[in-house]
Amino acid sequence: MALQTILQHLVNGISLGSLYALLAIGYTMVYGILRLINFAHGDIFMLGTYIAFYSMTAFFLPWWISFLIAIIVTCIFGIVLERAAYRPLRDSPRISVMISAIGASFLIENLAIVVFGGRPKAFPIPTIFSKILNIGGVSIVSVSIFIPIITAIALFILNYLVNNTKIGMAMRAVSKDYEAARLMGINVNNIISFTFGTGSILAAIGGVMWGLKYPQLIPLMGLMPGLKCFIAAVVGGIGNIRGAVLGGFILGLGEILIVAFSPTLSGYRDAFAFVLLIVILLVKPSGLLGQNTTEKV
Amino acid sequence: MLKIRDLNVHYGGIHALRGISIDVPENKIVTLIGANGAGKSTTLRSIMGLVKSSSGEVVYNGENILNKRTRDIVSKGIVMVPEGRRVFPNLNVEENLILGAYIRKDKEAIKKDMNFVYELFPRLKERKWQKAGTMSGGEQQMLAVGRALMTKPKLLLMDEPSLGLAPLIVKDIFQIIKEIHKDGVTILLVEQNAKAALEIADYGYVLETGTIVLEGKGKDLLNNDDVQRAYLGEAK
Repeated sequence: MALQTILQHLVNGISLGSLYALLAIGYTMVYGILRLINFAHGDIFMLGTYIAFYSMTAFFLPWWISFLIAIIVTCIFGIVLERAAYRPLRDSPRISVMISAIGASFLIENLAIVVFGGRPKAFPIPTIFSKILNIGGVSIVSVSIFIPIITAIALFILNYLVNNTKIGMAMRAVSKDYEAARLMGINVNNIISFTFGTGSILAAIGGVMWGLKYPQLIPLMGLMPGLKCFIAAVVGGIGNIRGAVLGGFILGLGEILIVAFSPTLSGYRDAFAFVLLIVILLVKPSGLLGQNTTEKV
Repeated sequence: MLKIRDLNVHYGGIHALRGISIDVPENKIVTLIGANGAGKSTTLRSIMGLVKSSSGEVVYNGENILNKRTRDIVSKGIVMVPEGRRVFPNLNVEENLILGAYIRKDKEAIKKDMNFVYELFPRLKERKWQKAGTMSGGEQQMLAVGRALMTKPKLLLMDEPSLGLAPLIVKDIFQIIKEIHKDGVTILLVEQNAKAALEIADYGYVLETGTIVLEGKGKDLLNNDDVQRAYLGEAK
């Protein structure tokens, strides 16, 4: 295989990996703080894409305003989802919350079919994202360059937020011990809302960029990426943000490269994630960067 | 400063506190001793609003704070060092202390208090960047106390600060409690280590299955036959 082709696949893999990473972080953050798999996260991602779509096509807003609106509205939606579906069950057994999450996911998907219609829609791509760049004989669509750059910026900000700000410290504290956090005067519910908001913003950024790269919108478009990013979070070690990023990139690159090197396997593209999940659960169930749960008392 | 009147707490069908009344006057050390399951921790948790109380009054500086939100109680100047220390294991020492000052806005004063805590516990300063979960039990207890002091409390509730610590470290911890008290902080101390607690306390209450069975000056309780037999293991 020519070097150009390999580079081409690498670029594709990195941009897909970036999208997976953005989405996987949402799973891992919510799990870290609530010990809950937010099954509706993939659907929040879908909503982000649709909101950007309608802002551009129905309200004729410029693309950057549309993307901003998509991010803001999706963030609010994530917070509302937590209030409505998870907060009333805060003291219930974990299985109840999980069932509520699955219910929320079905509700959003089916509402989307009713409201948006089941027919696929074409995401309008602003010219800045559809330029073909020629770098050293490799032709790349500009969006494939934008995705990793925007992802890197988002991750940088997130990293700063979690590690260097008071609210980030409070998030980490709440993820370990609700009651001790309350004794510090921390409003645990606000911190949980903040976590959902942050995860949803990342999902919206991922969703909009997904639309730019794979411009076909259907109401169930969040299902498969959602499952895969959940797997990415587990592979990296659920609860660990760096692990989610790592898992996302492994999944994205793996998927693209497997198909690139043996095109006969292209039908099994989606299976890659699930095989990886099985292998990880057998070999290192806590995930690549997951810690063992033993702690000094 | 703090007056508890006829406080009742139920856990499901269990009547954990049966109408207890406790006074914590300003600038005193008051201790609550008793066996496991007597309701000592429940009393503190009820003051902090961590458990819902069924009836009674907790009056702090003239205001009934019963069943108020924990963060409102903290902002009034009451703080608790929970049983088992409960430092945030995934945060380093400095971050734990910063969270102690979570509700405060006065940056300068927070800095000053941080230095005060580091002076009180030089050990913590050495381990500033170490994750709290990797420290020894004694160090974690120091951090838990330091973190509580960062809220700038007027009333400090301590739940079994000596639990699971080596005798030498227990001595240190009680020394520190005395120092904090000298600094003008009122203390309500819950302990199973009755002797050590009564020695530093101005006043003590003995709790048994949710009822106060005995109260008196620290020294008097220390010499009381019943207390000696039940908690100090020195039958005459």
